[in-house]
Amino acid sequence: MNEKNSTLLIYTLLYFGFLYVPVLFLPIFSFNDADYMSFPLAGFTTEHYEEMWSKRNLHKALWASIKVGVVASVVSTIIALFAAKAFARYKFRGNKISYGAIMMPFLIPEIILAVAILIIWVNLGFKLGLIPVTIGHTLFCTPFAMLILIARIEGFDFSLEEASRDLGENAWGTFFRVSFPLYFPGIIAALLLSFIISFDEFILAFFLTGSDATLPMYMWGQMRFVQRLPHVLALGAVIIVFTTFFVLLAFWLRNVGQEKAKKDIGIKL
Amino acid sequence: MNNSFIQINNISKHFVDVKAVDDVSFEIKEGEFFSLLGPSGCGKTTLLRLLAGFEYPTSGNLLIDGTDITALPPDKRPTNMVFQNYAIFPHLNVEKNIKFGLRKLGLSNDEIDKRVKDILTLVKLKGYEERFSNQLSGGQRQRVALARALVRQPKVLLLDEPLGALDKKLRDEMQLELRTLQKNIGITFIFVTHDQQEAISMSDRVAVMNDGKIQQLSAPNELYKNPENIFVSDFIGETNFLKAETKSSDGEFINVSIEELGEFKIKNNLNIPANSSDVVCTVRPESMMIDKEKSDWDICLDAKICQTSYLGEMTRFYVEAKGIDKIITVSSQYFNNQSFDNNECFISISLEDISILNKKKPVL
Repeated sequence: MNEKNSTLLIYTLLYFGFLYVPVLFLPIFSFNDADYMSFPLAGFTTEHYEEMWSKRNLHKALWASIKVGVVASVVSTIIALFAAKAFARYKFRGNKISYGAIMMPFLIPEIILAVAILIIWVNLGFKLGLIPVTIGHTLFCTPFAMLILIARIEGFDFSLEEASRDLGENAWGTFFRVSFPLYFPGIIAALLLSFIISFDEFILAFFLTGSDATLPMYMWGQMRFVQRLPHVLALGAVIIVFTTFFVLLAFWLRNVGQEKAKKDIGIKL
Repeated sequence: MNNSFIQINNISKHFVDVKAVDDVSFEIKEGEFFSLLGPSGCGKTTLLRLLAGFEYPTSGNLLIDGTDITALPPDKRPTNMVFQNYAIFPHLNVEKNIKFGLRKLGLSNDEIDKRVKDILTLVKLKGYEERFSNQLSGGQRQRVALARALVRQPKVLLLDEPLGALDKKLRDEMQLELRTLQKNIGITFIFVTHDQQEAISMSDRVAVMNDGKIQQLSAPNELYKNPENIFVSDFIGETNFLKAETKSSDGEFINVSIEELGEFKIKNNLNIPANSSDVVCTVRPESMMIDKEKSDWDICLDAKICQTSYLGEMTRFYVEAKGIDKIITVSSQYFNNQSFDNNECFISISLEDISILNKKKPVL
C-alpha cells in the first residue's frame, strides 16, 4: 500500500472510530453488572434489560413516542408528497420561495422553532401535551420527507400519468393506479425516515410535552438518578438497533426504487 | 365517409410568450391516415396534445364526429394516444397494460378477454402477456403502446413520433405495418413526425407545419411535386433555389428571368404576380440531368463538379454551372464520381421541372 492510501486509511479509521466508538459503549455497558459507567467491566448481566422491561413509565413514554411518530410521519409524508409532486412536476410562480419556506424548519435552530410553537400554543390557551409535539414534529419532518420524495419524483416520466388519463382514468384513478404504486418505495422511505426523526427528537418534545413524556424525554428524566442509568443504557442500545435497522431499510427502499425506475423506464435520477 | 370527421377551427395555443399553434383551421376525414409534419418546435406536438386533451387551446374549438370536445378532459375524449416514449406502465405486465383502459368502459369479463386476445393477435404479441416493459424490445414496447390504445376502439388514434426511438430497419418495417394496420381497422390516425420521408410514405394527407401555422396541406405527391411555398419546398425532399424575377404574365404562364440564364415561360400554378422580384425558382436535384454530352433540353449549361457524394442507389453531384450564382445539387442514378474527366459536365433542365414560388410564404 502506498503512502497516500495509508494516510487515507488512517483518516478513515479515525473518523469512523470517533463516530461509532462512543455509541458502542452503550450496548457494552448495558450488559455490565454495575451501576457506574467505568472500566474495568464488572461482569455480564441482562438484569438492566429486565429492569427496563418492568418500568411502567417507560412503556407509557414509548407508546407516546410511537403515537407521535406515526401521526407526524404520516401527515408530513402526505404534505411532502403533494409538495414534492408540485415542485418536481410544475413550474409555477413563486416555486422557489415556497420551496424555501417548506425547507425552513430544516435550517432554523430547533430551539427557536420550539420556543415559537410553545409561545403561540400557550397564548392560544391550549394545554401542552402530545398534540403540540406532533404538530412540531410534522413541521420538522416535512422537509426531510420532501427531499426524499423529490429525489423519487424528479425524472419520473409524467407521460405515464398522461397515458392513464388518456386511457380513461380520472385524476384520482390515475393517482391510485399509476402514481402511487410508482412512488411507493419513496413514500415508504419518507415514512420511515420521518418516523425515526420524530422518535429521536428531543428539543421540541422538551418544550412542548408538558407531563406526557416521549421516550427521549423519559430517558433524560432518568439520567438524574445514578442507579437508573443502566436501564437507560439498555434502552439506548435497543433504540440504536431499531433506528439503524429502520434507516437502512429506508435507504435500501429508496435505492431499490431508483434502480427499478432506471431499469424500467430509463429515467435519470 | 365523413369528410369533416375532425374539425379544427381557428385553434391557437399560446404559452407564456410563444405562439405554439397560431390560428390553425383544417378538417380531417374519417378513416384517414393524416400526418402532421414539421421541424421540432413547429407546433405539431402541441396540436396533437390539444386533440388528446393534455393541453387546452387559448382560442378556437375542436370537434370530433360532430361533438365539441374543446373543453373535455383526456379521459372523456374518443381519442387514444401512442406516446413518443410509449409510456408503458412499468409496474404492470403487458396484459395489465392493455387492460388498463378497459376498466371504465363497462364491458363484461368475457368481452374484455376477447378484446385483449384479439388485439394481442393483431399486434403479434401473443405469448408476451406476462412480460414487463423492461423485458421487451423497442419494437415490442411500441406494439404494446399501440395495443393499449387500440383496444379501447377509439374514434381517432393519435401517434406522437412513435417510430423515433427505433433503428432504421425496424422503423421501415413498422411504417409498413402501421399503414397496413390502419387500412385494416379503418380508424382515423393522426401521426406526428419530423421525418418527411416517414410522413410522405405513410400518409393519405400531410399537413406541413412551421411557426405554429400550417404551411401546406395536401397529398404526399402534391407536397413533393407542387410545394406552395419556400418552406415546404425546402423541407420536403431536396431542392435548388434559383434567383428569379417575373416579367409579363398571360394567366396560365408567366415570363421569368432566372439567374443569368435568360427569360423563360413557366407555368404559373400559384398565381404569382407579374413584375415581381419577391419570387424564387426551384428545381429538384433528380429532375435535372447531368451528362458528358450537350443535350437538346430547354436549358443546357456548361458545368464543373466541385464535390460528389455516393449514396448507393444514386450519386449526388455538387456543381458550379455557368450562369448560376451558387452551387447546385444534381443527382444521378447512372453516373458516379468516376464518370467525368476533369470534372467537366453538362447540366440539363426541362422548363416543366422548374417551379416558381413567392418568397414571402403564403400560409393557410
